[in-house]
Amino acid sequence: MRPLFGPAPLLPGFRLALGCALVYLSLLVLLPLSGLAFKASQLTVAEFWAIASGERALASYRVTFGASLLAASINTVFGLIVAWILVRYSFPGKRLIDALVDLPFALPTAVAGITLATLYAGNGWIGRYLEPLGLKIAFAPPGIVVALTFIGLPFVVRTLQPVIEDIEPEVEEAAASLGASRLQTFVRVLWPALLPALVTGFTLAFSRSIGEYGSVIFIAGNMPLISEITPLLIISKLEQYDVVGATALAVVMLIISFVMLFVVNGLQWWAATRHGARAAGGARR
Amino acid sequence: MSRFIRQLCAVLALGLSALPVVAEPSLLNVSYDVARDFYKDYNPLFQKHWKAVAGESVELKQSHAGSSKQVRAVADGLEADVVTMNQASDVDFLADKGLVSKDYARRFPNNASPYTSTMVFIVRKGNPRAIRDWPDLVKPGVQVILPHPKNTGNGRYTYLAAWGFALGQPAGNERTAQDFVARLLQNAPLFAAGGRDATTTFMQRKIGDVLVSFESEAELIAREFGKGEFTVVYPSLSILTEFPVAIVNPVVDRKGTRKLAQAYLEYLWSPAGQENAAQNYLRPRSPEMLKKYAEQFPPIRTFTVDEVFGGWSKAFPAHFKDGGSFDQIYQKK
Repeated sequence: MRPLFGPAPLLPGFRLALGCALVYLSLLVLLPLSGLAFKASQLTVAEFWAIASGERALASYRVTFGASLLAASINTVFGLIVAWILVRYSFPGKRLIDALVDLPFALPTAVAGITLATLYAGNGWIGRYLEPLGLKIAFAPPGIVVALTFIGLPFVVRTLQPVIEDIEPEVEEAAASLGASRLQTFVRVLWPALLPALVTGFTLAFSRSIGEYGSVIFIAGNMPLISEITPLLIISKLEQYDVVGATALAVVMLIISFVMLFVVNGLQWWAATRHGARAAGGARR
Repeated sequence: MSRFIRQLCAVLALGLSALPVVAEPSLLNVSYDVARDFYKDYNPLFQKHWKAVAGESVELKQSHAGSSKQVRAVADGLEADVVTMNQASDVDFLADKGLVSKDYARRFPNNASPYTSTMVFIVRKGNPRAIRDWPDLVKPGVQVILPHPKNTGNGRYTYLAAWGFALGQPAGNERTAQDFVARLLQNAPLFAAGGRDATTTFMQRKIGDVLVSFESEAELIAREFGKGEFTVVYPSLSILTEFPVAIVNPVVDRKGTRKLAQAYLEYLWSPAGQENAAQNYLRPRSPEMLKKYAEQFPPIRTFTVDEVFGGWSKAFPAHFKDGGSFDQIYQKK
């Protein structure tokens, strides 16, 4: 049998592979998600709205999505620098630094949170210099950004590294020899090639941050309306054995994340086609 | 090669046939987080006792985590023979699900709580802020460290202790109590993630003037940070914290471990079990044992959740459910 659309694939094993992929995704992703939707559907629309739009819930969305956005942005800038250095230059200790990047993947998040809180507290190695300047990091909203930046870093670096490896230094040399300034080389040659990977890295770091709980609660301070993240409110509902209320908040987070990811992917697609069209146009000329 | 396989099969068959003979009865005790040390000491005591009375050795397994997480796991099918919790509302949840008897609190003496504790103040060495009682905690400029009052058992007990104190004052009523608690919470620079996190924040990061915690926690702080580093202050009135235990009926009936589970929990009230509680700085129920360890348990006036709040089944919704008194404090602004 041919696939429903398009010509028969050249490679064998399409149906088997597709079947495997669908079963795997259904078991791991779709089934839990539909369970979530099912639980949440036990609420009436009015009840759902009351939970989703409560004062504390709204404040927690601001904290969660604001801090995640900020952390992912910081990681996009500095992750690009880290990835660039790791690919383009060789220096002693490079392997070690490369391995360090993965540490946030491997470290239990609670350990990360406790360590960061200790570092940034008023008597910690870093906090003791910041607090006299009036910068309160631990047990305040900036602490949340610090924790989320920590856990999000590898996503940006690991996404960018292979892409930078693919850009040969000769491309830059060619641009320079054709009279492009350093800025022009970056903006016209490197940036378009990096952008899709940057957007992907940003998206991954951002999505990871939204759901993060373990590290944040130890550094956030958890004050209602100020430094409460949405996952904490979900746990709070579970503490009251209010599973349905917890799923309502989870559904809200899912919807917001989905919309944001959709927008980001749309942007990426738009950038890719625009760049592709320009490149094609350039070739014609 | 084939000889090797045949031998392997023979060994396996032998092993399998021998299994039912050597398998000893086992018991899973699902418990709250900081009970780890207590049961680590208690289990060998019970194993020795059971060997002596029933002549059989028994395997005891432990599971520790946040108490409400634990009972949710039991409700979802974790095969716990017994649960040993730090708050009645958690066992009530299992009773509602039909997993433990509705009257579990009367199945064992003392409200089914083999030991108790109470909430005390831990202040910096020499008590520089002169903190003596609850009203000192609401003074402007005093920083109070406590775990999240809505999400942690430790924080809930602190909240109810302050509430009960304010309610017991002359002309105290629900309104003055809520105001008092609100002022106390205003003095909290943060809500710790749990009891141990609050301790770390206070002792290691040196944040705050007073930590409100279980009396039993003070001893653990002394072991970790040194006795001279802090002073324990007993308020004029505090809350009696109970630690209810219960048998999970469907599990023991299926596994045939009811007798064992009953004995395991009953032995908590034996002299050995009571002494183990005292050694872990939990107040034993037995008057003799309390007298023996009187030095580490100064007398303190306490009230129970049942006396002041009409039980956890009333206190929990009134204060800690969404829209309860805690949420109201944060919605006034």
